[in-house]
Amino acid sequence: MRNVSSAIQCRRLNVKRGGNHILHDLDLDIPQGVIMGLLGPSGSGKTTLMRSIVGLQKIESGEISVLGRPAASKALRHEIGYSTQSASVYSDLTCIQNIEFFAALYQKNEKSPAQILEEVDLTRNAHQMASSLSGGERARLALATTLVGSPQLLILDEPTVGLDPVLRVQLWRLFNSLAQQGKTLLVSSHVMDEADSCHQLILLRNGEVLAQGTPAELRTRTGESRMDDVFISLIGER
Amino acid sequence: MKLSRLIAMTKRVLLQLLHDPRTLALLFLSPALLMTILKYVYWSNPDLFQRVAGSMLGVFPMLVMFLITSVATLRERSSGTLERLMISPLAKVEFIGGYAIAFGLASLFQATAVSSYAIWVLGLKIAGLQITLIYAAILDALIGLAIGLAVSTFAKTEFQAIQFMPAILLPQLLLSGLLVPRPMMPRLLNDLSNYLPLSYAIDATKKVISNQGSIMNDSLLIFLFLAGILAAGSLTLKRQTK
Repeated sequence: MRNVSSAIQCRRLNVKRGGNHILHDLDLDIPQGVIMGLLGPSGSGKTTLMRSIVGLQKIESGEISVLGRPAASKALRHEIGYSTQSASVYSDLTCIQNIEFFAALYQKNEKSPAQILEEVDLTRNAHQMASSLSGGERARLALATTLVGSPQLLILDEPTVGLDPVLRVQLWRLFNSLAQQGKTLLVSSHVMDEADSCHQLILLRNGEVLAQGTPAELRTRTGESRMDDVFISLIGER
Repeated sequence: MKLSRLIAMTKRVLLQLLHDPRTLALLFLSPALLMTILKYVYWSNPDLFQRVAGSMLGVFPMLVMFLITSVATLRERSSGTLERLMISPLAKVEFIGGYAIAFGLASLFQATAVSSYAIWVLGLKIAGLQITLIYAAILDALIGLAIGLAVSTFAKTEFQAIQFMPAILLPQLLLSGLLVPRPMMPRLLNDLSNYLPLSYAIDATKKVISNQGSIMNDSLLIFLFLAGILAAGSLTLKRQTK
C-alpha cells in the first residue's frame, strides 16, 4: 500500500470540519518531485485537504500517507513546509527576523536566511517590519518561511494571490527549480490560468476528486482548450 | 526539548516586545504612576501606604503579565502563526517556556524599576532586602503569566481573554489578604484563599516588607502551582483541530 515514489497518498479519506462533512471518500496519489496543482472553486475542500495532509486537521476515517509515513507523524515536522491563505508571519518583526526565527526551529538549513529572502525577491525589504509590507510582499514572506529547513514537501495554499504577473512568473520559476531538486509541491489555486504552470492537476469539487492528470491529458479528454471549459466539461461528465 | 529552539523562541518574543515601544513604556510608567497616586491617596495615613504599597508591587506585574500573555498567545492563534509552529519541530514546552522566560525577564526589569522608584522616590520602607522583594514580584508575574496562558486556551478572541481578568484574577485579589489580612476573613473565605496562588504571592511580599519569616514555603507552593498550570497548558495546546 505504501508506495515510496508517492509523496502523498490518500485512501478513502473522510474529513469533517466544524461538523460539516468536507471530504468524501477521497482517493489520490501525488508522485514525488512534481508540482501538483490543486484546483477547484472556493468551498471545494482544498484548504481542508491541505490541512489534513500537513497534520493540522483531525480526520474522520481513511488513510493519509505522507512521504511514506502517516500524516501528523512527528518525523514529518522536519519535512513539510506549509503556507496558509492568510500570510502567517509575525507583523511586529522584520522580514529577516521572521526567517531567522523559523530557521532556528529546524535542524538542517541548506540556505541562509538572506538567501531565502533573495529567492522570494525580498532582499530590499530585509529590515522592513512585516506589518508595513504590501499584500504581495507579505505573501512572499510567508512563502519564504516555508522554505526554511529545506522541506521535501511544500504545501502552498494560494501562494500567488494578489501578485503581479512578473512576480507570479518569478515564483513559478522558483517552484520549478524546487521540483527539479526532487521536492514535491502541492499548490492550490482557484485561478484556472495557473493550471498550465503545473505538471499535474487535481480538480476538486464538493470534496471529491473530479479528475487528475496533466493539463494536456485533461484537454484531450474533454476536447476543450481553456481550463475553465475543461472544468465545466468534467463536471458535465459526472 | 532542545535548548537552541527554546532560545530562538525566547529571543523572538523579546524582539517583538522591543519593537513595541508603547507597550514597553506602559509596562514601566503605569505601575509607577499608580504607586504615586497610592502615595498621595494615603497622604494622611502614611502607615497604610507602607502596608499596601509593598503588596501592590506584586500585583502590578501579575496584572500586566496576565494581559500580555493572554493577548500574545491569542494573537498567535488568530494570525495563524501558532498553526505554523505546531507543524514545525518546535515542542509545546519550548513554546510555553519561551514565553515564560521572555515575559519573566520583562517582569524582572519592571519589578526592579518600580520597586526602586517606590523605595528611593516615594519613601517606601522595606525591612527585608530589595532583591527578595523583586524575587517575590517575579513570582507574582509568573502567576499572572501562567493564568494568562491557561485562559488563552479557553478564550477564542482577545476580547474574551480580557473578560477573564475580572472573572479569575479579581476574586483572587480580593481574597489574597490585600484588603483584609487573611486570618481575619470568615473561615470559609480563609480556607478558600489557601487554595489560591495569589495568596501566597501576597504573603511573600508582606513577609519581605516586614522582614518576618522565610518566603521559602510560599515560593515553593507558587512553583508547584506554576509547574501544574504550565503542564496543563501544554496539554491543552492542541496540534490538531476537529
